[in-house]
Amino acid sequence: MKHIISALVQNKPGVLAHVAGMFAARAFNIDSLAVGRTEDPELSRMTIVVIGDDRVVEQVRKQLAKIIPVVKVQDFAGKDVVAHDLLLLSVAATPEKRPEIVAVVEMFGAKVVDIGPKSVMVEICGPETKIEAFIDACRPYGIKDVVRTGTVAMGRQANIKVKIEK
Amino acid sequence: MSKNSTSGDSAAPQPIIKQGSQIIVDTLVEQGVEIIFGYLGGVVLPLFDKLYDAPIKFIIPRHEQGGCHMADGYARATGKVGVVVATSGPGATNLVTGLATAMMDSIPLVAITGQVRTDLIGNDAFQEADTTGITRPVTKHNVIVKDVRDLARTIREAFYIASSGRPGPVLIDIPVDMQIAECVHEPPSHVKLPGYKVRTKGHAKQIAMAAAAINVSKRPVVYAGGGVIISNASDELRKFAEKAHLPVTTTFLGLGAYDQNRPESLDMLGMHGSAYANYAVQESDLLIAVGSRFEDRVTGKLKTFASKAKIIHIDIDPASISKNVHVHIPVVGDAKAILSDLTKAVEYRDRTEWFDQIATWKEKYPFRYDDKGAEIKPQYVIEELCRLTKGEALIATGVGQHQMWAAQFYRYSHPRQFISSGGLGTMGFGLPAAIGAQLACPDATVIDIDGDSSFNMTLTELSTAVQYKLPIKICLLNNGYMGMVRQWQELFYGKRYSCSSLENPDFAKLADAFGAVGISVDKKEDVAAALEKMLAETGPCLVDFKVAREENVWPMVASGKSLHEMDGLDIFESMA
Ligand SMILES: Cc1ncc(C[n+]2csc(CCOP(=O)(O)OP(=O)(O)O)c2C)c(N)n1
Ligand SMILES: [Mg+2]
Repeated sequence: MKHIISALVQNKPGVLAHVAGMFAARAFNIDSLAVGRTEDPELSRMTIVVIGDDRVVEQVRKQLAKIIPVVKVQDFAGKDVVAHDLLLLSVAATPEKRPEIVAVVEMFGAKVVDIGPKSVMVEICGPETKIEAFIDACRPYGIKDVVRTGTVAMGRQANIKVKIEK
Repeated sequence: MSKNSTSGDSAAPQPIIKQGSQIIVDTLVEQGVEIIFGYLGGVVLPLFDKLYDAPIKFIIPRHEQGGCHMADGYARATGKVGVVVATSGPGATNLVTGLATAMMDSIPLVAITGQVRTDLIGNDAFQEADTTGITRPVTKHNVIVKDVRDLARTIREAFYIASSGRPGPVLIDIPVDMQIAECVHEPPSHVKLPGYKVRTKGHAKQIAMAAAAINVSKRPVVYAGGGVIISNASDELRKFAEKAHLPVTTTFLGLGAYDQNRPESLDMLGMHGSAYANYAVQESDLLIAVGSRFEDRVTGKLKTFASKAKIIHIDIDPASISKNVHVHIPVVGDAKAILSDLTKAVEYRDRTEWFDQIATWKEKYPFRYDDKGAEIKPQYVIEELCRLTKGEALIATGVGQHQMWAAQFYRYSHPRQFISSGGLGTMGFGLPAAIGAQLACPDATVIDIDGDSSFNMTLTELSTAVQYKLPIKICLLNNGYMGMVRQWQELFYGKRYSCSSLENPDFAKLADAFGAVGISVDKKEDVAAALEKMLAETGPCLVDFKVAREENVWPMVASGKSLHEMDGLDIFESMA
């Protein structure tokens, strides 16, 4: 089963290597990993999607928390969250095919962000199921390239907040 | 350049500008460091220059691995943080085994490595290695210092992290230019580590639940690990077991946490543990794990481990709980605080039936060996050593059969008395660890019970023992084999002894060449006299006991078997 784990980490060199190394050393399975700044310049947030049963994911959570620069860990399993991926997809599109593709794009609430002579680049954001469905819908036209961010997530009620001592 | 200064200066009101190397030394002194183990090299020369007149004793091993094990032995014998220094590149990579050994057994170390100049990092400079990258999985934490102003704080944090919570090694990588750069030496302030929280006191509700389970239990067993020793909780453990009336078994690393001479001691459990401990655990209705981590060599087959028991697990590391077995009542915190709270809440119970059952097992299956022949049995040497030292010596070991016999046949009564690499099983640990322990406890009788192959790995440190006039003793149980490997080949590979015997040097002569006393013994009747002579020596002394070559360690729970499925018990009975 997939779990989304959110970790607040100190913005220090080596944190990513430490987290990635721990996953490899303990044979945990990362599905995706997204890292970005937070509103606090001293903290970053890692959103990690892991595959495993509850026991494995409990270990993941605890082992993450053990890493010194990891400040807070939260497992979103069973929580009400917004979980989105961002996808950039380049699909083959001759001028004749373009209207058809744009219709698909609009149906999915996606956005054309670049148009080339033989292809268009589309941006879509949303839950994984929607992203997968969009990729499937584009496949018949010929997908040229796909870039995905990995999931980021936020709890609907209250996301974890930590104020760092200054 | 400022003159060498000591910790007193850090409290002075005027900001003091110092070189990084001086800040390192002064911060180490401030942290109470009295002794450092380490080896020189180009990028630690500024540091060594300042150590030249520092109030810190410096021990130079013959190899950085030896230095790291010495710091480890020192830490195990005292509970203080061991400190080791090495140069960049090969110096740092030579520490890896020592760090991993300490990591697996939760031993507090601070390792300081030199690094190439910051502007050279990443350029494959001479003796450059990605030390923090290499050591990340074998340390509790590591950092590279890239601003001299972070130096003092980083060292203070390293000591705090190494020694608190579940202890472990922390490495600080310090580029040589950071040792030369100058800055204000800030006085110590509150350590700020937002991602590091240590829970000491156990949750009151969990403790109450544990106490209730203990009070109704009919067949309880305490299973105490190295965590009891680390948290200095032996007294609390004894009071707890006494008050609630509980039998106590320890893990290999827990040896000494509970006085083995007490009647309720079940000695060690696990793969080569006592039959009575293993049976008791398997039959228990309540297993009280304290500072232990359900390692595979302890549990045997997980599915059948203590399958009738409810499990209480007291541990400071939340990640240890329910990692291998499902725990019913976890109590996270320091063993000392929790045991003391728990003792208040438990009540004495007779449990006559249970203790009678245990007594029957104890009587039927004590640790035994066949001593009828003329050969020197390794177990006999250890029994004699225990008798002659009244069970009071500090014992270090290598890894292999001799290590298991040292665990089975010496009787430990104090914490920090048994110093051995349990988790990683590092051959070559014994001699340098004994050196570190002897430096920590100058008046103690420190004995390295070693195997011939293990000893071969780090024997160069004999030279260190001689240089510093350390009266360590080495009891070499020389079977001319990698005995433990040979035993497995005998049992599981049809006696095909592939590559498991070595051609050894004459160890007594070798000791002699190093400037130590060397004795060789090949007759059983000479064993006691040789041990007495060894113990009377005022300097380092090695006795090479030519022991029975193909002796096996019994009992044994073969890999994948349940804890109660021990081989060798029939052999025990035939010896009775
Ligand atoms: C550094 C290292 N390499 C290999 C091993 C695997 N190993 C475990 S016990 C052993 C043999 C030990 O032989 P010896 O020190 O003579 O002890 P004995 O078993 O004969 O008492 C070996 C090779 C190990 N534990 N450590
Ligand atoms: Mg041997």
